[in-house]
Amino acid sequence: MRSDLTRFPFVKSLLKNRWPQFLVWFVMLAGFLFAILSGFFGTPVGNRNFGIVFVWIAWWAVLILVAVPFFGRGWCSVCPIPLPGEWLQRGAIMNPPGKKPRWFNLRWPNKLRNIWLQNLTFTLVALFSSVILTTPKVTSIVLAAMLFLAIGMSIVFERRTFCRYLCPVGGFIGLYAQAAPMELRVKNKQVCLACKDKPCYNGSEAGYGCPWDVFPGGLTKNTYCGLCMECLRTCPYDNISVNTRPFSADLSKPSGRMDEAFKAFIMLGAAMIYAGVLLGPWGKIKLAAYSVGSLSWFGYTAVFLAFIFGLLPALFLGAVGIGKVLTKSTLALKQSFTAFATAIVPLGLMFWVAFSLSFVLTNAAYIFSSLSDPFGWGWDLFGTAAISWQPYLTSLLLPLQTGVLVGGLLWTARTTQKVGSKVNISPIPVIIFSTVVTLTMLGLLL
Amino acid sequence: MKNSEQLSRLLITVGLLIVIALPFVARSVDTQDIVEVHARMAESGGWMPGTIQAQTGIPLYLRLTSDDVMHGFAIGQSDNPAVDVLPGKITEVTVAFDKPGTYTYYCTRWCGPNHWRMRGTIEVTGNEMPSSQAINPPLYIKLNLDIDTPHLASATPAVIPDAQRGAIFSALLPDSYLLPDYYLSHSPAQVYLDVQVDPALATLSNSDLWGLVAYIWQSNTTPEGLTEGQRLFAQNCAACHGETGNGDGVFSADINALAGKYPANFSDPASLLGAGPALLQGKILRGGMGTGMPSWGPIFTNQQTWDLVSYLYTFQFK
Repeated sequence: MRSDLTRFPFVKSLLKNRWPQFLVWFVMLAGFLFAILSGFFGTPVGNRNFGIVFVWIAWWAVLILVAVPFFGRGWCSVCPIPLPGEWLQRGAIMNPPGKKPRWFNLRWPNKLRNIWLQNLTFTLVALFSSVILTTPKVTSIVLAAMLFLAIGMSIVFERRTFCRYLCPVGGFIGLYAQAAPMELRVKNKQVCLACKDKPCYNGSEAGYGCPWDVFPGGLTKNTYCGLCMECLRTCPYDNISVNTRPFSADLSKPSGRMDEAFKAFIMLGAAMIYAGVLLGPWGKIKLAAYSVGSLSWFGYTAVFLAFIFGLLPALFLGAVGIGKVLTKSTLALKQSFTAFATAIVPLGLMFWVAFSLSFVLTNAAYIFSSLSDPFGWGWDLFGTAAISWQPYLTSLLLPLQTGVLVGGLLWTARTTQKVGSKVNISPIPVIIFSTVVTLTMLGLLL
Repeated sequence: MKNSEQLSRLLITVGLLIVIALPFVARSVDTQDIVEVHARMAESGGWMPGTIQAQTGIPLYLRLTSDDVMHGFAIGQSDNPAVDVLPGKITEVTVAFDKPGTYTYYCTRWCGPNHWRMRGTIEVTGNEMPSSQAINPPLYIKLNLDIDTPHLASATPAVIPDAQRGAIFSALLPDSYLLPDYYLSHSPAQVYLDVQVDPALATLSNSDLWGLVAYIWQSNTTPEGLTEGQRLFAQNCAACHGETGNGDGVFSADINALAGKYPANFSDPASLLGAGPALLQGKILRGGMGTGMPSWGPIFTNQQTWDLVSYLYTFQFK
């Protein structure tokens, strides 16, 4: 079922050579800086500003509709945010690592070696999203803050701690990357065990030790592999492969981690709240979400947090508990909970795909005008500035969303069943839970 | 250092510097001789800049854009047509002035409750004679009318006065009633009281007399003037006074919240029939009155003000 893409010499050299990746990075970094500039200096009107349109419509569409579902952490391999920091950390862009670290090179504290911080940063962005997503200046502040935070963390800590432990986007990409039909693995674990220097982790003349602090030889799931291709360059035994594989291959190995389980609920719940607030007809809720700092916003925040961290996991826990009772399982509730939380990963992903379809198709027309007039200064670089707004494929939208949600439910039912048989707990209550939330999501979107 | 390292560093440094510098270089070349005007709702700052300098005979290039909602741009007392100013889009207009003076530009779209506060000035310098309009004091000043006190009509008609009915008896009407000066300085209620005691009209009923009043008002206006008045009302007044003049425009509640008073209701005969044209013109020109009523003096031409005044009376006469 797996097919190693590096067996094609062209693909292998494309991935192994630093230049192709560098050129993509160059374009990404230029676009990223341009987006920040446009937010600070361009029109404050969101739908006419390059930053808003390219980050929250174009990039988001590519990320959630293509990159994450099909390439997992593919985006992370070309993301511009950690680059300046990483180059500073290394003192090099292309050169091999030096003998001594240039900066503090501290290890990330053990207590924070989980994705709770990412859960927190994503929740924060989500809470302020009505403002961030619509106000160019705020978008630029957030993007610039991420850039500078990544630089600061690269100087203080070793490797890519920002990506691994703080990036609000990286957390959920990792979660959903488990479902992607693409992976980086070692070809033969015995080779890794016998390998003395482990240059894939420690670095060598050929390249850097894993920036994501992962030992490739131990990879069993995609979550924390950033697909940076450094190990492909450093492995002296040509033991790294980039495989295509069946969808959701990693989900048959249930997670035992509560931080990852909660990531699944944060994403599932946030998609539902977004669908209600951003796409729903309730003006008062929209206003509450937008009026940051007001009493109504605190109300919105309370509901948001209670739904994501309280109601949704509690209902799910109830479902898992009933399943345990039905099958008289002796597995601890916590393990059962985290195991089944892995099973609902596809549901969350499909919720996001369905939600994103509506606003991406509705707003994609703005890409043309802001490409020609990125700052809203009256330019017409490509002759597309005057293309007026119109939603695309409106007649296809509802069937598409329904298909995606129903598909997501079936997919989740299947993974729930697999997890159920692995832990010997009835999957039926969790499948009912998934059905109820899917119907709710369907009601919110349609 | 390896060549590839040098090359990549060079690419990144030069490339990114170009990306950062290019927009600003292009913009500085692009915007010479052009005044960029940003429109924002009055609460967020109104027009930026609020004052523009110009010279007679030299075209003024304006590049208008809105930073929030849809606005409109027009210059008072000028023939330049109003243009829409759309969020994030650029509208370019070229205007020219042949007389020096201070011109007011204003928003023509109902952008918010403080829409009428969106004003700015263009200071035009030049050697030509300034426009004479500002020098002549308006009629309400010459007549010494107090436009701030209530002006309740001392008499009101039982049915809507009909100018056509009045026209039937117009032959009886002494010519002095039809003189413009008389019309401008009297309220319909005052005229009614005058015709009521006029021996020449002693045989007429109350509704006939009110018909004559309506006829006098009709005689002092033209269909074109009424059409222009209607257009001006719809564009500038209806937001507060309502499309039917009932004082229930979309911003009326906001105005009440701000000023503690609802906009004037022109469908109330006691109020409108107690006001003469000079009085109404004064209110339009000066504004104020302790309400949210803006000053339209710098915006409407003399003729436009009179057209608007004649249109207001159509809320009471047919």
